[in-house]
Amino acid sequence: MRRGQVSIFVTCVVDQLFPEVGIAMTEVLERLGYRVDFRERQTCCGQPAFNSGYRDEARCLARHFLEVFRDAEFIVVPSGSCTSMIAHHFTELFPDDPSALAAAQHVANRTWEFSRFLLEVARVEDVGARFEGIVTYHDSCHALRELQVREGPRRLLANVRGLELREMDAAGECCGFGGTFAVKFADVSGAMARTKIDSILRTEAGTVVSVDSSCLMQLQGAMRRAGLGIRTMHLAEVLASR
Amino acid sequence: MSGAFIPLDSVRRTIADARLQTAIYTGTGRLIAKRQSTVGADTLPDYQELRDQAQRIKRHAVENLDHYLEQLESNVIAHGGHVAWCSSGAEVADFVLSLAKQRGARLIVKSKSMTTEEIDLNERLEHHQLEAVETDLGEYILQLAHERPYHIVAPALHKTRYDVADIFTERLGVEREVVIESQTRIARRVLREKFLAAGIGITGANFLVADSGAIVVVENEGNARLSSSAPAIHIAIAGIEKVIPRAQDLAVFLKLLGRSATGQPLTVYTSFLSGPRRPGEVDGPEEFHLVLLDNGRTRLLADARKRESLFCIRCGACLNHCPVYRKIGGHNYPWVYSGPIGAIITPQFHGVLKDPWLSYASSLCGACAEVCPVKIDIPRLLLDLRSEVVQARKWKGSTRVEQMAFRAFAWIASHPRVYARLGAFMAVVAPRGENGWLRRLPFFMRLGVLRKWMSQRDLPAPARQSFRQYWRGRPKEK
Repeated sequence: MRRGQVSIFVTCVVDQLFPEVGIAMTEVLERLGYRVDFRERQTCCGQPAFNSGYRDEARCLARHFLEVFRDAEFIVVPSGSCTSMIAHHFTELFPDDPSALAAAQHVANRTWEFSRFLLEVARVEDVGARFEGIVTYHDSCHALRELQVREGPRRLLANVRGLELREMDAAGECCGFGGTFAVKFADVSGAMARTKIDSILRTEAGTVVSVDSSCLMQLQGAMRRAGLGIRTMHLAEVLASR
Repeated sequence: MSGAFIPLDSVRRTIADARLQTAIYTGTGRLIAKRQSTVGADTLPDYQELRDQAQRIKRHAVENLDHYLEQLESNVIAHGGHVAWCSSGAEVADFVLSLAKQRGARLIVKSKSMTTEEIDLNERLEHHQLEAVETDLGEYILQLAHERPYHIVAPALHKTRYDVADIFTERLGVEREVVIESQTRIARRVLREKFLAAGIGITGANFLVADSGAIVVVENEGNARLSSSAPAIHIAIAGIEKVIPRAQDLAVFLKLLGRSATGQPLTVYTSFLSGPRRPGEVDGPEEFHLVLLDNGRTRLLADARKRESLFCIRCGACLNHCPVYRKIGGHNYPWVYSGPIGAIITPQFHGVLKDPWLSYASSLCGACAEVCPVKIDIPRLLLDLRSEVVQARKWKGSTRVEQMAFRAFAWIASHPRVYARLGAFMAVVAPRGENGWLRRLPFFMRLGVLRKWMSQRDLPAPARQSFRQYWRGRPKEK
């Protein structure tokens, strides 16, 4: 089935550190019949600057993003956090610039977090994936609270053959990443990760799944440091498995 | 770094103190669970509508503060009370001191009030040889221990009963007692004498009702009711933002406050106090004074975006749900208001450069905003404050390194070819590690953000092939 074109924004974290997530997302979308468009001029949404208070720098990156994706029909993003930056915060950056504001609004309406795109645009709950193992789902804060992504990823996971989803008691609690928070307040951030990991351990899951690679980077890094062999996978990677 | 001046040693001590961590986690965890059991769809189906309504009422009240405060004043006076307007803590202290002097009062009983904590009232009064005794059990414990509140509603959240036993033994000279009920009895015995001997009772106020001239005080121990009725003089001290337009608005706020704070549909005591005892009445004080405190609130009011900070009803739910507060506790925050609400109001009262790290001490997880009964958008306010910190520092020329880093990053990331080449270069020169993860860095890389990241967790090495490189190498169009 041919479904038209989607443009993907792979985020700087996925591009440089976890390209397999972008590859998996591409595979899932292509399997569903989409033609995937990757615009090579894309870089970063500017969230690190915005969240650190550097509005001028964030504005510069937002303008670049808007220019790159100006005419995209669908922009699909493997991150709740970056989606929220584009869809919610870009408009806050241009209070005195009507044309940039209009462009931001236009792009905001076309930007989709990956799981929401699957459920609400592609309208699929079962992508035909197979993954053997016990999995627990980590709600990333921005997906959960800014995009109301909660049941969607769980529905998608529930339809993966061989997969057992086990809820952890603190699924909605922050992993402690928080962008520059992770280094500005490293001790607090590390302590938050360890609390989260305790909750993961109680599920006895072998894999932690999320829709944000940055949370998974925090959790994987802390679990490795603790000598734990638990894997982390982006939702796209699980859905691309067969 | 904008994180400068965080009390790092003290934060580390708090995190490493297993007993303290347990106390904080258990205390806040209990409040989270109790709140959850009283705001669920089965017990309070219109909870979200109530929050919307509460926010609307607060917004209206705050935006028409002048009108409602004047209405309040004339109604309080009509009930036979007095109103004092104070712009600072010093003025409040002067007011209380001169009243005490005129009436010959030496002993003051106080019920729990964050507003008086905010202005260090006890210290100011003690300085003039007036004894002010806290009568809320938690506050009393902390007064004996010479500590400030750890939490807005549960001031002694961090104290276990064993801690309390030590404090009572040391400060009151009683035999060591670890049973909570018995400890309460000890405090009650001491405090009962104080209530009977005090010339003045001071309370805070949760709500000031403009159209009826009543002040509303909610509590669980009955000490506020005693403080406001046993002594001959009752002084209520409240911030000007506590005013609400109508008595019927309480139907919204009283439903939300107890639930959000302690998971109680209603607190044990809810007192509606309107003026002193009238002829023919059997109880109540002979004199009633309402002190309306500004102390910087009008400055917050002037900022249209941030004035929603004044909606706060001091329920403490944002503290309980904050993963940062739950790690660092209440005493690492620079002011009496801790947690997310403290992080947004402290910089507004003291200036963003006083404790510039404060607005950064959040992962922006948004758990606070989700539970706030008046829907204060705390993460957005934190972001606004962060940008104010950056602006203010630009003028002062500080934090050059971070500023330059973000400027450089913005330049690179808006030049895609530079960005791609730099990424490819990093991938070549960076150490590979084990399965793409690094446990240690070569010594020349052990600095700045990398060192801080590695202090807690392993670091992913850049991928050998970035996504954009993969895309280039992909066979074109199937």
